[in-house]
Amino acid sequence: MTTPVLRVNDLRVHFFLDEGLVRAVDGVSFEVHPGQVVGIVGESGCGKSVTMKAILQIVEPPGRIVGGQILFQKDSGAAIDLTRLSPKGAELRAIRGAEIALIPQEPMAAFSPVHSVGEQIIEALTLHERQWRPRGPRLSRAEARSMTVDLFRSVGISMPAERIDAYSWQLSGGLRQRAMIAMALSCRPRILIADEPTTAVDVTTQAQILNLLRDLQRQHGTAIVFITHDLGVIAQMARYVVVMYLGRVMEQGAVEEIFHAPKHPYTRALLKSIPSMNVPPRTLLPTIAGSIPHPLGRPRGCPFHPRCPDAIPGVCAERVPALRPIGSTQLASCFLYNRDEASEP
Amino acid sequence: MSATRWLLEVRRLKKSFPIRRGWNRKVVGAVAAVDDVSFTIREGETLGLVGESGCGKTTTARCILRAMAPTSGEILFRAADGRVVDLAPLSRAELRPLRPQIQMVFQDPFGSLNPRMTIFDNVGEPLLVNGLRDRRARLERVADLLELTGLRPEHMHRFPHAFSGGQRQRIGIARALATEPRLVVADEPVSALDVSVQAQVLNLLLELQQRLHLTLLFVAHDLAVVKHISDRVAVMYVGQLVELATAEAIFRHPRHPYTAALMRAVPVPDPHAPSGDVALAGEVANPANPPAGCYFHPRCPFTIEACRTEAPPLREIEAGHFVRCHRADELVLAGVGAEPARGAHGVVDSRGSQREDV
Amino acid sequence: MSVLAPAVPVTAEERVSVASSWRLIWWRFRKHRLALASAVVLITLYVVVLCPDFFSTQDPEATDARLAFIPIQRLHVFDGLHPSPWVPDVAGKRNLTTLRMEWRVDETRRIPVRFFVTGYSYRLLGLVPTRIHLLGAAAADGRARLYLLGTDRLGRDQWSRLVHGTRTSMTIGLTAVTFSVVLGVLLGGISGYCGGPADAVIQRLIELLQSLPTIPIWLALTAALPRDWSPQQVFFAITVILSLVGWTTLGREVRGRFLALREEDFVLAAELAGASQGRIIIRHMVPTFLSHIIATSTLAIPAMIINETSLSFLGLGIRPPAISWGVLLQEAQNIQTVALAPWLLVPGAVVILSVLAFNLVGDGLRDAADPYSQ
Repeated sequence: MTTPVLRVNDLRVHFFLDEGLVRAVDGVSFEVHPGQVVGIVGESGCGKSVTMKAILQIVEPPGRIVGGQILFQKDSGAAIDLTRLSPKGAELRAIRGAEIALIPQEPMAAFSPVHSVGEQIIEALTLHERQWRPRGPRLSRAEARSMTVDLFRSVGISMPAERIDAYSWQLSGGLRQRAMIAMALSCRPRILIADEPTTAVDVTTQAQILNLLRDLQRQHGTAIVFITHDLGVIAQMARYVVVMYLGRVMEQGAVEEIFHAPKHPYTRALLKSIPSMNVPPRTLLPTIAGSIPHPLGRPRGCPFHPRCPDAIPGVCAERVPALRPIGSTQLASCFLYNRDEASEP
Repeated sequence: MSATRWLLEVRRLKKSFPIRRGWNRKVVGAVAAVDDVSFTIREGETLGLVGESGCGKTTTARCILRAMAPTSGEILFRAADGRVVDLAPLSRAELRPLRPQIQMVFQDPFGSLNPRMTIFDNVGEPLLVNGLRDRRARLERVADLLELTGLRPEHMHRFPHAFSGGQRQRIGIARALATEPRLVVADEPVSALDVSVQAQVLNLLLELQQRLHLTLLFVAHDLAVVKHISDRVAVMYVGQLVELATAEAIFRHPRHPYTAALMRAVPVPDPHAPSGDVALAGEVANPANPPAGCYFHPRCPFTIEACRTEAPPLREIEAGHFVRCHRADELVLAGVGAEPARGAHGVVDSRGSQREDV
Repeated sequence: MSVLAPAVPVTAEERVSVASSWRLIWWRFRKHRLALASAVVLITLYVVVLCPDFFSTQDPEATDARLAFIPIQRLHVFDGLHPSPWVPDVAGKRNLTTLRMEWRVDETRRIPVRFFVTGYSYRLLGLVPTRIHLLGAAAADGRARLYLLGTDRLGRDQWSRLVHGTRTSMTIGLTAVTFSVVLGVLLGGISGYCGGPADAVIQRLIELLQSLPTIPIWLALTAALPRDWSPQQVFFAITVILSLVGWTTLGREVRGRFLALREEDFVLAAELAGASQGRIIIRHMVPTFLSHIIATSTLAIPAMIINETSLSFLGLGIRPPAISWGVLLQEAQNIQTVALAPWLLVPGAVVILSVLAFNLVGDGLRDAADPYSQ
């Protein structure tokens, strides 16, 4: 097994609101290996976006990382804990963008409307040029421009030389997202964080973007952390899946195991409840009872227990199950698979 | 499909928005958001209206609701008293007595309820404005409606902020049902909801429809959801209806290349399912400046010369199966779960990619 | 490690569930300590506005040239160890070279200050005839007087005049803004709801009004007021003039809200329910932006107060014998007075205090006005 390029260890991000404490991320651990696509999937309030922000160290106050580590494996071999770095320091800035890049959900908001798209990528390139050429001549504007044109071509934008002078608002949703991917790839990051990159685009465009990401991933061997609420997208994209619910990891494992042999009751229920193209029409779907609790009113014990059909009385409501291995790569945090732990006093 | 009579018949509906330029807002052109759309909805059935953003499905729905006035065409509605009324030319005042019979379920559960009114007032509003002045009677009716949609009637004096997205959507459905409408237009009613809540709301709509014999126009972009709930499905592309058939027929044997591509583009929640290569090249055409001939031809893998020049008409190629494609008769396209098949000139392989060998 | 859910008592959750928007706004406003304190200041000022005579120690119009320019008497709260407020007496002697009265504080002669003493007669709230005043000097000979803020060049008691000036200035601010709100909501509402040509005409009118230089306009308008108008007529005219120019900002705000609200789903829902246009506006749209309008108007009051003060200061607004903060400050117009009788600047401090208080309350309201935003 390779050394993971990113290791998130018992990450805790809490939000200190006037109304109370929100444990948005509460003990999340997973690993990302080089060239692997890890999907983080969950519903609203599950903490997937906050996890992403914590990795990039862009959690806004009143949120704060209160515990855990985010270990990033540098080329040189030393792993650094990103939570120890100053969020505005030079060291973190060098990693962010260059080593870990983000593809946001809404590229419209990510591009400045007053500079052309190409301009912004050229700027990113010149800022991070030292990543490629620690020594040597400075990157000239013409070089940066031609690199940007190449990038645009590589993400499948037709007429790249003309399109780089366009402003973000002149591009269609699909093109904008492609330009965003070009920007994220501009510094050849080792980890790409894709935060719901296809939620804002149409199905046919989504298929194109997903294909593009798959191809680029194969070409460059970039590790991708793919965050989405769409189980279909996850199944098509990820090799390893982390299922989150209310700030905790419910289950994680290889994509086949999660989709074909889900262990956690939440994962099982979630998979059954999605209307699928292969389910007979106009039949009632199995549902998960109740709704996602308000972040301020998180249940005691296992966060899923009030909605869980298999909850063990007196156990699940009292204690929080730890994430334990089941099988070769699969882990689940559920007392059903930890009878010993469940029966402990 | 039993031959029940139709409740709504849309004939040659057209809605265009003017493009204005300059200081005096001069009209320099028009975008045809809905371009010559015709269909019927039978009593008690669910018609799914699918398409990507900008295809005109929402505009069609809003024209039927008369939240906007259509540019031309007829919207024939069979009112409760048996009369057939054309909604299209009616004025605000003329529409008011008909309003209770056509109601809407909104996409955004957070914006569709008045945050400053309690649930009782929100759900009771249609009752009140339609003449149920007695507060006690209204309280009873709202309690019944909340129970019907799976909510606790004792919560009716709470404000919307106390409810989750799924619960608010139930409240929205309760409000839509308050006046016992004959037609409910649901505009993306589950797309803003979490996966685990989507199923609950879909089930609720299915149950209510059976119990109350509702007629439903279900507008959505999610094909899986549409397949799940619809009796018949209409697919729109750039303001036009490109295919209309029973859900069974359209998903098993789509006859329009766009419908087929749309189906293949939906990611299947199964890692073993083939993840297709690029299903469709290019982007949705600009409705302000659509291509000549068939609007879909620049993206279509089966384009022939006629597609570039001649706009195909919507024709019935089988009983109840309408397609807007020159080559609908010769192409055999893969549906969902169907085995790959050979077309006359196009090949669809098992991975879902299409190659053109014209 | 066990993770406990934050203890949200069911009762608290229930309380939030049934809380109306006004209650939510109040809960949010309550968190701004400064705004809350400012609200207390404003309430105090408006209590003064309701019955200025009760708070006066003397008749604000009573002149006595022999008592000119008495400085501020320091109010002592304790007499020895007893809580018994008093002020030192002042003794005046005319300086024979400058011919000005020079006042010396005589700490040995103490004038006791008492609550609810009898003084000049007035009508409480304009109805109840009474002679009771909140504060007053209780002296045996009846000659002893209380000059909490000194006197002006005509020997009028500055405190009592300030209290009466507060009534005029604070009322003008409030009424002018009320007129502006009426105009702004009406015209802005028509503009936003109807759109089309009405919108275009009203927007051009707002642009025209906003591009006019305000001071010359005010000067012209107020100079045009007939000289023989009674103080009440002048007061009313000034209010109208202030609001004619002041409604534009509010009009724009209301129009913006209407435009945004027209697109809201819940407004469409009301329309589809069959509600009439009037009902949609009154029941669904107005309550939604009312809190915003209140916040904006609160922020508009200080501008009105400053405008009135400036006009009166220039001698164009409220004219003596009527009293307003601007009129009072007029007394402190020349540098000589300021140097010799700096206490005449106290009304300026009150203007600053009230303007600050309005701004802070307005800011607090604005932040609290939309309780549903995150």
